[in-house]
Amino acid sequence: MLVYIIRRLMQSALVLLVMSLLVFAGVYAIGNPVDMLISPQADQAEIARLTAALGLDRPLWQQYWAFLRQAAIGDLGQSFAFNVPAIQLIFERMPATLELATVAMLIAIVLGIPLGLWAGLKPDSVAGKTIMTGSILGFSLPTFWVGLMLIMVFSVWLGWLPSGGRGPTIELLGVSVSFLSREGLAHLVMPATTLALFKLSLVIRLTRAGTREALLQDYVKFARAKGLSNARVVGVHVLKNILIPIVTVIGLEFGSVIAFAVVTESVFAWPGMGKLLIESINALDRPVIVAYLCIIVTLFIFINLVVDVVYSLLDPRVRIGEASA
Amino acid sequence: MMPTEQTPFERVVSDFAASRIALFGAALLALILFVAVLAPLIAPQDPYDLAQLDVMDSRLAPGSVAATGKTYWLGTDDQGRDMLSGIFYGLRISIGVGVASTLAALAIGLSLGLAAAYFGGRIDSLIMRIVDIQLAFPSILIALILLALLGQGVGKIVIALVAVQWAYYARTVRAAALAERKKEYIEAATCLALSHARIVFRHLLPNCLPPLIVVATVQVAAAITLEATLSFLGLGLPITEPSLGLLISNGFTYLLSGKYWISVFPGVALLATIVSINLIADRLRDVLNPRLQQ
Amino acid sequence: MSAPTLQIENLRTHFFTREGVVKAVDDVSFAVGSGRIMGLVGESGSGKSVTGYSIMGLIDEPGRIVGGRVLLNGADLRGLSPQELQGMRGNRVAMIFQDPLMSLNPVLRIDTQMIEAIQAHEPIGRRSAYERAREALAQVGIASPDERLRSYPHQFSGGMRQRVAIAIALLNRPSLIIADEPTTALDVTLQGQILYEMQKLCRESGTALLWITHDLAVVSGLADDVCVMYAGKIVEQGSVDQVLDAPLHPYTRGLIESVPSRGVRGRALPQIPGAAPSMLALPPGCAFRERCARADALCSIRPELVSVDDGRAVRCFHPHREPLGVPA
Repeated sequence: MLVYIIRRLMQSALVLLVMSLLVFAGVYAIGNPVDMLISPQADQAEIARLTAALGLDRPLWQQYWAFLRQAAIGDLGQSFAFNVPAIQLIFERMPATLELATVAMLIAIVLGIPLGLWAGLKPDSVAGKTIMTGSILGFSLPTFWVGLMLIMVFSVWLGWLPSGGRGPTIELLGVSVSFLSREGLAHLVMPATTLALFKLSLVIRLTRAGTREALLQDYVKFARAKGLSNARVVGVHVLKNILIPIVTVIGLEFGSVIAFAVVTESVFAWPGMGKLLIESINALDRPVIVAYLCIIVTLFIFINLVVDVVYSLLDPRVRIGEASA
Repeated sequence: MMPTEQTPFERVVSDFAASRIALFGAALLALILFVAVLAPLIAPQDPYDLAQLDVMDSRLAPGSVAATGKTYWLGTDDQGRDMLSGIFYGLRISIGVGVASTLAALAIGLSLGLAAAYFGGRIDSLIMRIVDIQLAFPSILIALILLALLGQGVGKIVIALVAVQWAYYARTVRAAALAERKKEYIEAATCLALSHARIVFRHLLPNCLPPLIVVATVQVAAAITLEATLSFLGLGLPITEPSLGLLISNGFTYLLSGKYWISVFPGVALLATIVSINLIADRLRDVLNPRLQQ
Repeated sequence: MSAPTLQIENLRTHFFTREGVVKAVDDVSFAVGSGRIMGLVGESGSGKSVTGYSIMGLIDEPGRIVGGRVLLNGADLRGLSPQELQGMRGNRVAMIFQDPLMSLNPVLRIDTQMIEAIQAHEPIGRRSAYERAREALAQVGIASPDERLRSYPHQFSGGMRQRVAIAIALLNRPSLIIADEPTTALDVTLQGQILYEMQKLCRESGTALLWITHDLAVVSGLADDVCVMYAGKIVEQGSVDQVLDAPLHPYTRGLIESVPSRGVRGRALPQIPGAAPSMLALPPGCAFRERCARADALCSIRPELVSVDDGRAVRCFHPHREPLGVPA
């Protein structure tokens, strides 16, 4: 087990290195690093000074080395717009995005698995077909559109929920969270639901497919032949088998949820990393863009690693391996 | 009773038509395509011809009548443009960009996937490594970063859309081609010393089509959605080529003051397009899936 | 003699598919007494497995039992509610499947799978159920049962997995065990061991055993009585000695003769010509007609199962009269 984790860690480090190379190439070699790192408002003298200071006139490999060194100590440039280290901006906004993504994922799982089970157990029933058609709608609807509609219905017409922003937050272990207060929850509900919808459809379809396949397996027939109740056959035998691939997919999709939060945060003016990214793109605040990219890549690699380890823990066939008879 | 012989195409069509939902989707899509293609001919107004606009007519509710006596069936936007016409043109652009990028991505992904499957070895590893890395990242992220690096414009958007999609095709085609490659008729063709190109295109390719058709259909909807999202965020097509995403984005601010039609109607049009394509894709997936045929 | 443990009368199980009705089990009747072993023999598609599932009440859509009676210790199983049927399964009747790797749940531990089989039928504590499971494993010859109980199915060898499946079947001391080709996936030596042990267990506990198989050799070594099925019907039945020494039905005779035997050398191995008919397009009359050397115009009428002797019956208009080895 330990060997496996170490091996995966080393693989991840390698991927990180490759990604850093790609990012570097994108910024310094393909793009114009002068545009990337020096504020558009700078005049000629300023540009010349900064070019020398940032080492942009030195050979590429030296620049890459400097880039790595800077990245290792966490310095990914200074934001043009806010004049603070870019990485600091991102870390400030990260809790908001992570909270939104986590709640969205929870909604998708808690609703998606039971609905998918139902659709898989009774595929030809009215409920089953409705769930499946609903799931097609769920991943057809563009995220921003769902957000708009929710705002229209619940904020403009009914006036029940606030139309944007995060509202007051509460400190939990040094991090600001919204879900602990009623007002915070009111602000959280619509963005989280919007973000969750796509993944909810995915989870429903996955669970349904898994259930239908599991029901055809011999161990289900055997369990029924033992006289076990339907509740136990489905709730224990089927569920435990289909949870393994579903958990894996959900884990991998978490990264995607964080990325898609970009859209939701824009619609609902939720102060997270995603909204920062869009603002930075529009304001040509490139150090922030680069910093965002680096952080997201690191996050992804980390999530992949965790999912791999969790999968090998969940499936006893992988965990224990083939023992001699 | 002997079953009558059907060509594979006929069988696909008849199986497809067995689902009423899928037929509904197909009918809806046909209508939308009709509107999109003929937009310049059937729209009541050319919303991008400034001479035809009257700012006094701006922000009118659906069903209002203009000073000229024309009825704005779906209302007007903040510039006095007729929403109905805007939607027709918007559909044209959205679908046009979506389909164009899909076809380009299809061509690239198809070639690379077939090459990877056919030649194997290092070429295969290289191509698939790139595909895996790309597919590990969410499409929106890749598109955003590319646009941030490249800047805006129609061409850049298409490049971004193509860059996001090609990997799906490459992977699908490679998987199907690998399965086919192992079959004996390919060995036979190789023994006959047919050229690589001939084997790949005339023998391998036709059998990889079913999963490819399903993926392509889904991807067209995904491309349209992605373009709409990017335009909504202000990073997509420029104002000169207003797609539905841009129209919706324009109307966002007016949503909060109750002038819903500027956003909602383009949204419904977008929705109808995507939902109909997905309904068709879903049915095609079931119909073309060899395992479900037992 | 007391009532037989299992008595099947005119059982009919049909599958209503889009292409037509498949009469998988068409008017099947036989009985198995307590402590006796019945071999149900046939090719794939003959309906033998479906018979087993019909007894267990495990026939799913589009299949349905459409007629007949299934009497277990005198009580008709077809008259039971789904709840009662569930209570009976794994309790009064147990089933063993062909591939234990597929039939044991790969992600659950062995003790979980055994204890749940006990607790489904008895309000018994986990500790006591665990003890019973341990005893059952010991009974089928598995050493270090505690370690085995805490393991997962993939950690066992094929033979041991099947022993576990047998142990599970025996847990609640059923009156009848239905074994659906349980040794087909195992190698021959294991097969022999398991056959011997099952025989011993049944004799000792008085459990009736219905052994479904395509392999005549298995039947000859194990069973007391035999039913031969073809295309959903029983074509011959009787005691093992009777049927194997002097088979009446041409199909049975063909089956026996097509098994290579050590005694006969240098002769071409006789085969039954043709293939089993599609169940959707059965020829009228005798289903074996098109493959039978003895068929004639009479065979276009469906033959009935005719009793020849006590417990001996055959469904044929031209049964063989001479014992095996003697040319007709």
